[in-house]
Amino acid sequence: MPEPELASTAAGSDAGAAAAGPVPAVASVWSGSTLRELFSYPITGPLFALVVIVLVFSLTTSTFLNAGNLSLILQQSVVVGTLALGQTLVILVSGIDLANGAIMVLATVVIGSYAAHGDPVTALLLGLVVCVAAASLNGLAVTRFRLPPFIATLGMFTILTAAARLYSQSRSFPINSDLITVLGTGPSIGTITITYGSMLWIVLTIVLGYALTQSAWGVRVYAIGNSPIAARLNGINVNAMIFGVYGLAGVFYAFGAWQALGRTPIADPSGYQIANLDSITAVVIGGTSLFGGRGGVAGTFVGALIVVVLKNGLTQAGIDSLYQQIATGFLVMLAVGVDQFLGRGRRA
Amino acid sequence: MNILRNAKCSRQLFARSALMAASLVGVSLYGASVTHAADPVRIGIVELQLSNPFFGKLQQAAVDAAKKHGFETMTAEATVAGDSATQIAAIENMINRQVKGIVVDPANAYALIPVVKKARDAGIFVVTTNTSMDPATSADASYETDNLEAGVLIGKWAKARLGSTAARIAMLDYDLSDKTAKARHDGFLKGFGIDDQSPEIAGTALTMGNVETGQTAMESLLSAHADINVIYTINEPAAQGAFLAIRQAKANVLITSIDGSCSGVRSVADGTIGATVMQFPTKMGEMAVDALAKAIGGGEKPSGVNNSGTILITDHPADGVESKDSKWGLQNCWGE
Repeated sequence: MPEPELASTAAGSDAGAAAAGPVPAVASVWSGSTLRELFSYPITGPLFALVVIVLVFSLTTSTFLNAGNLSLILQQSVVVGTLALGQTLVILVSGIDLANGAIMVLATVVIGSYAAHGDPVTALLLGLVVCVAAASLNGLAVTRFRLPPFIATLGMFTILTAAARLYSQSRSFPINSDLITVLGTGPSIGTITITYGSMLWIVLTIVLGYALTQSAWGVRVYAIGNSPIAARLNGINVNAMIFGVYGLAGVFYAFGAWQALGRTPIADPSGYQIANLDSITAVVIGGTSLFGGRGGVAGTFVGALIVVVLKNGLTQAGIDSLYQQIATGFLVMLAVGVDQFLGRGRRA
Repeated sequence: MNILRNAKCSRQLFARSALMAASLVGVSLYGASVTHAADPVRIGIVELQLSNPFFGKLQQAAVDAAKKHGFETMTAEATVAGDSATQIAAIENMINRQVKGIVVDPANAYALIPVVKKARDAGIFVVTTNTSMDPATSADASYETDNLEAGVLIGKWAKARLGSTAARIAMLDYDLSDKTAKARHDGFLKGFGIDDQSPEIAGTALTMGNVETGQTAMESLLSAHADINVIYTINEPAAQGAFLAIRQAKANVLITSIDGSCSGVRSVADGTIGATVMQFPTKMGEMAVDALAKAIGGGEKPSGVNNSGTILITDHPADGVESKDSKWGLQNCWGE
């Protein structure tokens, strides 16, 4: 019975994305406790975790809970958050992209070096081309050459990291163009600054969330993640869809590169070395299943905030930053553990 | 640059194979001793990851100095920070190739001890650059920046510049298990006349020694402690990142750093960084190879930990701390 299952999955993520709406059909299948029903929404767990973490920091650190710091957290989240949108797409079709940070960094140095002498609009377009081309290569390796996504993108990660260093000769490029750095600016009241980059991140999340939950394309993405065989039997061109998903993720990496240059107006080939892992962490903590087909971008948005809040809060609390890494690690394991638990429940 | 080097490598490889073929013919005609006498003196140079221009400059200086002495060189480098495995394999190959001396920039102060011992047991002189082994006597000698002294210089400078104003210090570190990072951190505190527990320290944060992590760390620290007025940074990219955060927060902070890259000195010239300490990778490489040449030639054996120099670069000199201005700095800096 592939058809009803597809429908219910899409509906479930719809409700999750909107954090409201009717109880999805899939939840009513379980006659368990209401708590369990609540946690059947992929976003409940991450939101709960975020609230707890924010509460703890607010109670222990006097400077954490003020509007200025909260707007700062939003600014610190945009790069990983935007990368994580692309990562969510890839993970929803049971893939993974270890190369997204390297793709973004390559784009930033291409943009930075071109903009040093050339037109900023062309520079940004070049960045977009770099990202979509590199991400499509990932897609090609996964669909056409049947490489496991982990291996294909691990290879791309290594290649592109070196390529960015070679291309830039390990130099960094200061950015002087207002257009390229515009995402780091925005209206401010007192200590609060809501950058255009923060707004863009929210808009991108809403647009992608809408497409995933309200369009036929979105239903297909979830269908492939749930069962590629069932999807194929339902007439979906699975390979073409997966290739498209990887390429589309590249568009988000390009936005990530623009965000990165807005935040830090220097294109630095040694920057964002662990952005790939941070983006995966954000997606997983956000409740998207590494097995594909479950989760969504609203969770990822919250997941990215959790990653950054931990860094920001623990630095402010004066706690050794190695503990921050330990805390993030535990959260990832907890998130995957919950996913496993719920996954078993659904299959039962 | 890497492509060029690879081309050079394959040329060298070809030359070596030709040489080997020639020596094989030599062996069959005259016997081994004759060809051995004709072998050029060869030294090995093992560097850290060349993606960092500092290590690139250091390797180039060592290779140039070796050429000057008429040595043939074998080079190898770690692929990422802390990659001692690649270095160990490279030194093993060099022992097999019967080099007379090795210059190594150890990726880890302990991990290379056994292989360096093996080399020295085989009669090879081993000196380290940039940092030393632990204990330093594991190698014959080391040629490095005295990073503690570098830290002391910026600590003293910051203290003098601050005068009677109460200090609120932020420390933007790199992983303190790294010997260099720890020495710089401790040196700054020593120069400032405080320790890790002193109330003057408002906060510390871990960076990866690049712009992005320097910026994020400083933003979070300033958000918690708006009164920070002095920062120590592990290197100039971290300082440049911190400056972005300080500018956005409209704070007034003395920024101190260490390295002396040309980009860093330019930041001193434009006022972004208050003071930095220059290191001298070229001198380091030359000192190391010159010492090897002396020993291989039968002269004095290299020994001790030798400082390749630390000079404070600032356009705001402070009483009692010797310094040079950014103009001098730009003429003597390394990298881009």
